[in-house]
Amino acid sequence: MPSLLFSTPHLAWLMISPTHYVRLSAVLFAIGLMGLMTRRNVLMILLCIEVMFNAANLAFVAYARAWGNLDGHVVVFFIITVAAAEVTVGLAIAILLARQLKTLNADEVRLLKW
Amino acid sequence: MTEAVFFYTFSGLAILAALSVAWNRRPIYSVLSLLVFMFCLAALFIMLGAYFVAALQVLLYAGAVLVLFLFVIMLLNLEPEALARMRLFTLRGVGTAAASLLLAALVAILRRPGPAPITPATTIGSVESIGQLLFTTYLIPFELTSFLILAAIIGAVTLARQKSHD
Repeated sequence: MPSLLFSTPHLAWLMISPTHYVRLSAVLFAIGLMGLMTRRNVLMILLCIEVMFNAANLAFVAYARAWGNLDGHVVVFFIITVAAAEVTVGLAIAILLARQLKTLNADEVRLLKW
Repeated sequence: MTEAVFFYTFSGLAILAALSVAWNRRPIYSVLSLLVFMFCLAALFIMLGAYFVAALQVLLYAGAVLVLFLFVIMLLNLEPEALARMRLFTLRGVGTAAASLLLAALVAILRRPGPAPITPATTIGSVESIGQLLFTTYLIPFELTSFLILAAIIGAVTLARQKSHD
């Protein structure tokens, strides 16, 4: 009797609801932020930003599921586009840093620091 | 039941891959962990009924963005000296503390039960339905993304071009 089984409160974690996905998204976002703030390599920082983008995408899709419309999916489409543009320019800047300053350490790039 | 099994499998794998992205010392391993992460997220998107988004995830992220990352990392050919310098992690405690603070805030927010969704509808994000929405309601933003991509292409080419005077 699956309905009896799932109606008991101890087994709530077996019923996957959009809330589960949102919680997972929060965890992934925090992991991305931790990487972003601890790593000093420019490439690593870009990779951690990608993790955070994806966590946000998961939250958008989960809420689209919860509310029964598709606007969240469209927003994810735009986020993916913006992320692609961001990565393109960011990697070009990383190449430029490696070529001109001979470093990828974000702490050593202080051309604008006075 | 099967949904729970798949959810916990893919979410556990995604968390492990994300931790590996954040903590791995070699950039190439981080990029490959990110690939695993992207595929786990694509699986979760499929479980949520977002088929079009899952396809975009695999095609654009795993297919284009990560290949770009791999190209750049192999192109830069990081010297051992640069790798050694990467191991100098400053602000590690502060960063971890900030991330755990954010996680605690998010958990506190998510523990409060919000209003239940009115329609537990099964929305399927197929190409047709997303495309219909994209070309009617979101037509102007959709057209503007082409300008964004164009600006990104021009910016990347301008930045990364070898200048002749130096």
